[in-house]
Amino acid sequence: MKPASKIFTALVMIFLFAPIVILLVFSFNEAKSLSVFSGFSFYWYRELFRDSETLNAVKNTLVLAVCASAISTIMGTAAAVGINKLRNRYLHAVMDTVTNIPMINPEIITGISLMLMFVFVGRLFGAATSLSFWTMLIAHVTFCLPYVILQVLPKLQQMDSALPEAAMDLGCTPLRAFFKVEIPEILPGIVTGLIMAFTLSLDDFVISYFTAGNGFQTLPIRIYSMTKKTVTPKMYALATIIFFVILALLLISNLSDSDGSRVIKEAKQKRKKLKAQNSI
Amino acid sequence: MKRYAPSQRSLLHKLVLAPYSIWAALFILVPLAFVAYYAFTDSNFNFTFENISRFFTATSVISDGESTREVYTYLLIFARSLKLAVISTFICLLMGYPMAYIMSRASSRTQKVLVTLIMIPMWMNFLIRTYAWMTILQDTGILNGLLGFIGLGPMHIIGTESAVVIGMVYDYFPYMILPIYSVMAKMDIKLIEAARDLGCNSLGVLRRVIWPLSLPGVISGVIMVLIPSISTFYISQKLGNGKFYLIGDAIEGQYVANNLHFAAAIAFILMVILLVCMAFMQRYANKKAVAA
Repeated sequence: MKPASKIFTALVMIFLFAPIVILLVFSFNEAKSLSVFSGFSFYWYRELFRDSETLNAVKNTLVLAVCASAISTIMGTAAAVGINKLRNRYLHAVMDTVTNIPMINPEIITGISLMLMFVFVGRLFGAATSLSFWTMLIAHVTFCLPYVILQVLPKLQQMDSALPEAAMDLGCTPLRAFFKVEIPEILPGIVTGLIMAFTLSLDDFVISYFTAGNGFQTLPIRIYSMTKKTVTPKMYALATIIFFVILALLLISNLSDSDGSRVIKEAKQKRKKLKAQNSI
Repeated sequence: MKRYAPSQRSLLHKLVLAPYSIWAALFILVPLAFVAYYAFTDSNFNFTFENISRFFTATSVISDGESTREVYTYLLIFARSLKLAVISTFICLLMGYPMAYIMSRASSRTQKVLVTLIMIPMWMNFLIRTYAWMTILQDTGILNGLLGFIGLGPMHIIGTESAVVIGMVYDYFPYMILPIYSVMAKMDIKLIEAARDLGCNSLGVLRRVIWPLSLPGVISGVIMVLIPSISTFYISQKLGNGKFYLIGDAIEGQYVANNLHFAAAIAFILMVILLVCMAFMQRYANKKAVAA
């Protein structure tokens, strides 16, 4: 890299990480101030772990993210298989357009539109409050689905379509061929889709805000209600913990990733050696 | 051995597509129809244009010290949202384009590290990121402390349009870099070398080779920054001290006030405007692609 590029990159990184560094530092502040650092302490971390409402919100967020990502991954993978096999070009275009809607539409419109439907249907059945865990789950599955489909579909298109056909010619039932041949081929796409769905669900605020019932609070909604009043460094302590969990996950996934590629490389080298020996 | 006829297989493929088709119809298409339905009805669900016309005709009086003037409330809010979103998108592009170029030319190891670094802030909740900026930009905040230290004096930033723009740029900056980078990383370096060999200077290479090739990435980056920044409501509340009502705030405000029909009307108008904009951008991109 040229020196000018290095300086520019450094400036961008300072811009990106300055707020995060400030967050980390002030989470260890002794006093309540968010601008003057008076002394190191774990006071706000202890406070955080005493805040049962926040801890409950963490639990809710995890439950919701696990359910939403599992459902959207299964339904999205099945949908990708179906879309990939669609012969009718018109139907194909319709499916593509509909799948794109939640990604292109502003989140606030997705949230409002689902909320309006839930409220309307709830009123039909005479329910006083129609928003609950279930409406949130439906909303999360809905906005996660397109991301899963867009991860799985390219893998299906790259796959040699002769593979499942060969398996079926050799006596596999279509279902068995799908699980034995197609799933291992498209697994990287499914896993990426699952991870994306999980993180999107964890992080979502806007759509959750409009579809959440009173009884069910996720972490982003809890943070929103905390920032409405004056905020203590307690929230910074929470952000710091989230930051290190993410960092650990990223490092682990990077490490396992390079491990995976190393295994593949070694296998390829072995195969080359074998080929060379055979040709001799 | 039992053989499966193609018709049986295609029936199976339709079956696996069925759950998603039903889901998409029920929870993507029907809700959008409900936005239109609420937008064009009153509280007793009778047809009306009232909500839509209110958006275009509602006025309010604003006073700035000595003079007072009457303005179209929601048209002004929309114009302000558009202005701030366009400024933020432009700044993101100005910073993101060179960054994406630098990344695409770095060694593959550096590329991987830089992509990870840019993605880490995205994993923090945007509420927390925005709130951190609020404490940085405060009158007694860290930035003003630094500015005072080097003698630039305290500046009043929080509660201004600049603060809202800073928040938008910070929150959506990665969405600009990543699409441009992914297009540039695939770009054939031989094209640049060829242009140089044929006597093109650096500016010419940028204008005639790199820019046209990276255009698809730029367009998706612009869309990915413009749409969330035009419809945000948290950033303006926190960094603008609630003084700058944006279109997202208008929708959220009507929702909180339980005025669902007018909230739906604003959302409906926003959706239609964005759809028209996107259609134009897509056509422009296609034309460019055909010309190239």
